[in-house]
Amino acid sequence: MLTLTCPYCGIRAEETELHPGGEAHLTRVGPQGTDEEFEGYLFARKNAKGVHFERWRHAYGCGKWFLAARCTATLQVFGTYKAQNAHPPAEIVEAIRQARPDWNPDWTTE
Amino acid sequence: MADPMATVTRQTGLGMITIRTDLDRAGDAIAEAAGLAIPDVTGITGDGSRALGWMSPDELLLILPMAEVAEARLALEQALAGEHALVVDMSNARAVFDVAGPHAADVIAKLAPVDAATMPQGHLRRTRAAQTAAAIWRHGDGFRIIGFRSTADYLGLILQNAAIPGSQLAPR
Amino acid sequence: MMTHVPPFRLPSGGRLIDRAFQVPFRFDGRHLRGLTGDTLASALLANGQMLMGRSFKYHRPRGPLASGAEEPNALFGLGQGGRFEPNQRATTTALANGMVMRSQNCWPSLDADIGAVNNWLAPFLPAGFYYKTFIHPRPFWKHVFEPIIRKSAGLGRAPTDPDPDRYEQAYGFADTVVVGGGIAGLTAARDAADEGGTVLVLEQTAIWGGRTPTDHDGGSAAIDALLADLRGRDNVILRRNTMATGLYDHGYLIAREALADHDPNAGIPRQRLWRIRAGHVITATGALERPLAFACNDVPGVMLASAARDFIADFGVAPGQRIVVVTNNDDAYRTALTAVAAGLDVPAIIDARPQATGDLPQAARQAGITVLTGSAIAKVKGSRHVEGVVICEQAGDGKPTQAIDCDVVAMSGGWSPVVHLWSHCGGKLTWDDAQAMFRPDADRPPLGADGTGNVTVVGSANGDLRCAGDLERAEGATQPVWVMPAKAPYKLRAKMWLDFQNDVKVTDVELAAREGYASVEHTKRYTTLGMATDQGKLSNINGLAVLSNALNQPIQATGTTTFRPPYTPLTLATIAAEAKGDAFQPLRKTPMHDWHERHGVSWEPVGHWRRAYCYPRGAEDRHAAVNREIMAVRNAVGTLDASTLGKIIVKGPDAGRFMDMLYTNMMSTLPVGKCRYGLMCSENGFLMDDGVVARLSEDTWLCHTTTGGADRIHGHMEDWLQCEWWDWKVYTANVTEEYAQIAVAGPKARELLDRLPGSIDLSQDALPFMTWAEGDIAGIPARVFRISFSGELSYEIAVPANRGLELWEQLHNSGHDLGITPYGTEAMHIMRAEKGFIMIGDETDGTIIPQDLGLDWAISKKKADYIGKRAQRRSHMTDGNRWKLVGLESVEGHVLPDGAYAVDQGFNPNGQRRVQGRVTSSYHSPTLGKPIAMGLVKHGPARMGQVLDFPMPSGEVMQARIVDPVFFDKEGGRLNG
Repeated sequence: MLTLTCPYCGIRAEETELHPGGEAHLTRVGPQGTDEEFEGYLFARKNAKGVHFERWRHAYGCGKWFLAARCTATLQVFGTYKAQNAHPPAEIVEAIRQARPDWNPDWTTE
Repeated sequence: MADPMATVTRQTGLGMITIRTDLDRAGDAIAEAAGLAIPDVTGITGDGSRALGWMSPDELLLILPMAEVAEARLALEQALAGEHALVVDMSNARAVFDVAGPHAADVIAKLAPVDAATMPQGHLRRTRAAQTAAAIWRHGDGFRIIGFRSTADYLGLILQNAAIPGSQLAPR
Repeated sequence: MMTHVPPFRLPSGGRLIDRAFQVPFRFDGRHLRGLTGDTLASALLANGQMLMGRSFKYHRPRGPLASGAEEPNALFGLGQGGRFEPNQRATTTALANGMVMRSQNCWPSLDADIGAVNNWLAPFLPAGFYYKTFIHPRPFWKHVFEPIIRKSAGLGRAPTDPDPDRYEQAYGFADTVVVGGGIAGLTAARDAADEGGTVLVLEQTAIWGGRTPTDHDGGSAAIDALLADLRGRDNVILRRNTMATGLYDHGYLIAREALADHDPNAGIPRQRLWRIRAGHVITATGALERPLAFACNDVPGVMLASAARDFIADFGVAPGQRIVVVTNNDDAYRTALTAVAAGLDVPAIIDARPQATGDLPQAARQAGITVLTGSAIAKVKGSRHVEGVVICEQAGDGKPTQAIDCDVVAMSGGWSPVVHLWSHCGGKLTWDDAQAMFRPDADRPPLGADGTGNVTVVGSANGDLRCAGDLERAEGATQPVWVMPAKAPYKLRAKMWLDFQNDVKVTDVELAAREGYASVEHTKRYTTLGMATDQGKLSNINGLAVLSNALNQPIQATGTTTFRPPYTPLTLATIAAEAKGDAFQPLRKTPMHDWHERHGVSWEPVGHWRRAYCYPRGAEDRHAAVNREIMAVRNAVGTLDASTLGKIIVKGPDAGRFMDMLYTNMMSTLPVGKCRYGLMCSENGFLMDDGVVARLSEDTWLCHTTTGGADRIHGHMEDWLQCEWWDWKVYTANVTEEYAQIAVAGPKARELLDRLPGSIDLSQDALPFMTWAEGDIAGIPARVFRISFSGELSYEIAVPANRGLELWEQLHNSGHDLGITPYGTEAMHIMRAEKGFIMIGDETDGTIIPQDLGLDWAISKKKADYIGKRAQRRSHMTDGNRWKLVGLESVEGHVLPDGAYAVDQGFNPNGQRRVQGRVTSSYHSPTLGKPIAMGLVKHGPARMGQVLDFPMPSGEVMQARIVDPVFFDKEGGRLNG
């Protein structure tokens, strides 16, 4: 059973105090989206063995949604950060690369 | 005769007001209206009659005698006029229990996934008690715990069960 | 006066027993006595009872093999009635006064077990027998084989009465948790405590010290010194009787503490399940002795050398009078020395190694014990009890060299570290050739949340069998012996047991290998090796070695099976803990709950809520009560406790914009003071909730949700606000429990409410349909909504929850002459169906979009976006063949079964009958005096009047005509009173 530290209140919560919310950093596709774009948004989910970004809500605590970067194979947690990030922040990327030198971000920031 | 563990008492007569706003912007105004210092993150402040708990980055809970609720609510609404804020009376929505006595921490430790024994004074921990949401802080020689009104009987029962004499957690 | 000394109790010795206190107990109806400190196994042995069980498959007679948690044979049913527990291990259960124990897996008795006929059939019941034999013909499995196999399967019988004992859980936290209270664990605890963090030490038994006090001179003193040191420290907690059963992610350790086992009068919980979060775990779980595989090694009287030693040294019990020791290592010599010191006869030590030159073999020879090196047991003589052994050369094929009479064979095949906890959460093992054991690989430990190893292993659990340090004498090396003798022919190998509980023999594993089960996990399932409670404790290494030999590969290439938690079985009651009886689930009660109870309510569970289904009076059944309640609402006035409906406040400068995204209809334009029915969809377009929205002020809306939806919808709102539109200025609050809500419905609703003093004008002009007002009713601050789910003139009144009962009672006190009637959820359901109103969960099932339900009127065409809008444009959603809502009227006047399917012509590619619709709601309508139903039908709204066939499981076919779903008061005149 995982423990994750909520970045809003600092509580290290155990899994029973949290609510999982699936893959993080999805970009919403609204009414203007094509069928392909919408399919990608609604259905195409990563199923990584290794580094993964996911949504959790501190449901039995401060009620805030946050994001966690962790390894699905070893359950190592590279860090947690606030949901109001379009991409993982630099310190999270750094922490991942410390532990997984071969890993590279699959997004670009301008 | 087994050792007494702790006494569990339901408290009535406490009112509660939920305040949601930008605490950085409106903290001083709330402190003045509530008559209490703004608590730190996961903290709770109090003056013996009222308490002000940190619930979330944009939410506080004012706990006060029921008779003072209407006036306090008005004062808060006035203090927050012009701010984006939500002030809601939650006095009826909650159930409050006090767990007091030498082994009160053991009662909490049986129900909540928190290290009750080392919980500091002035810390407000939102968590779960068995299968229901709860907020817990040190109060008197034990703990005060808030749950939902609808599950008050459940919360009371599990607290009583956890407090049966002789069942303290110290190794025997 | 002479006290009665049982025949096998030694005149002296036994460090754990107290000879001053006799303990009476009952075994299979016989009255026996043991001593304080005995385990059930030692007490039975002290009474001369070596036969303690029957094996699972062949029902062979079995005695105790071990003295601890690894015991596979000596399992009993303990206790009576609700306290009966099957499969209790005699070797780890402390004897208690008046204990009642029953042997199991035997009939009619342990001595004369009919099932032992399987033993004669053993040659015909090899590994995989069940798979191969019972698979054909297929129908026979279900009707013939399975019932018979089920009847004869299983060891103990499950208890049938509720467990009267109390159990609990507790959450523990420590910087370091040490599992195992032997010398290695206590030493590690001391070292960890020196570092300053908190240290929790768990010991599975009631006694500290592990094997050290039994096996080493000065051992007790060393343990006592460590305990005294640890007890003097503030940062150390020592917890006995606590079995660490499993280690999981991020240092999560589950342990069971026995508080009052077999002491029902203690008044405290019987067991406690610890859920411990450990910063670091040190496993000091010791090692388990391995059996040796020689022919007939399962005859009662053959036991592990350590077990024989423990019975003598710890309990003062002689397992027999003439003990032959057979070994491949020095440690077993301790058993011989212990036995001789206790005055028992040790005719020989049979050592498979060519030489035995360590300190212990020398001491044995000095004590006058014959040591036969390079030797082996060819066969054990005796069937119900050991009568002797036939000796041969270990290197040979079993040709007898001599025979020795004995009544116990103490065997040792070496020791295996207990690696279970290490392995539970991903720690890897390495094969140690020198010591012939798998031990933890320190380079591949279980990982914590930070990605570094969070478990270390110390002592014999780490393969350091000499961890007692300077207490230890020089020991010779263990020589691997997997089959005894090395070239044993099939006839002998077919009698060598590897797994004693599941009756797996050397030849079974060899058969599996021959039949292609090269993977150890497959072999485990094919042969049942190491399954059930064993989990690799006794059978693992010997079985792996035999498999490896058969596959002609080294053991490390074979690997091990997976060690699964729990290490030893847990009773389900301990896992359930406080969650039973009234605390099974948090029952949610409305402010009027007790009133309903007092008025004969029949409850309906809705989530964790209890809602009134109906209120039967006198001899009424539920159906009659529901009909009466409906007629009361249609003709007079009724009250419904609607407090469970979700109530969520949405407030802020961007609240209107947010409401327009949440709901399919336009909510931002709702005027203050008005109400609007709204639909909420998920992002994939499906209808997830509905309810009435009221605009409270310029920037504040109140959303009503379904009873089950309150928390979910509040979470849904917060999700979008926090994760998608985090710059929008909106706050929400779930105020569901702040208010009691009462629906007052019926043509006399206004007349009733007008009788109560109040400040709100409830007239049609002042408060028309779909408006709300605020004020006082009967002196209670209230918000009144003119909304209706029944189709009648209806007011929903929300008051502070603390005053809900007061208002409810005032209504009832004032309305007797009007015929006021409380009504429940079923009356509500039927009345809404009469009106053709949909119900979330009946007409919807997570695959239904509002358009399917004819709710297009509630979907804004003007809005650029709302949650679910894009999805509702997907080709499948706009497909004209989607099933749509219609009313259904039974041709024969039957109430159609809920969920019944309407069939279409032909069959689909799977050979199933095509379908064209289904029933979503179906009731008898007392208002109309006939059955009504709603359903989803292909092209339904365009097919009014057509008749559909609904085949029943019985074969008969019900027919229903497609009609308008609004059955009653289509014009809505009644709403306006």
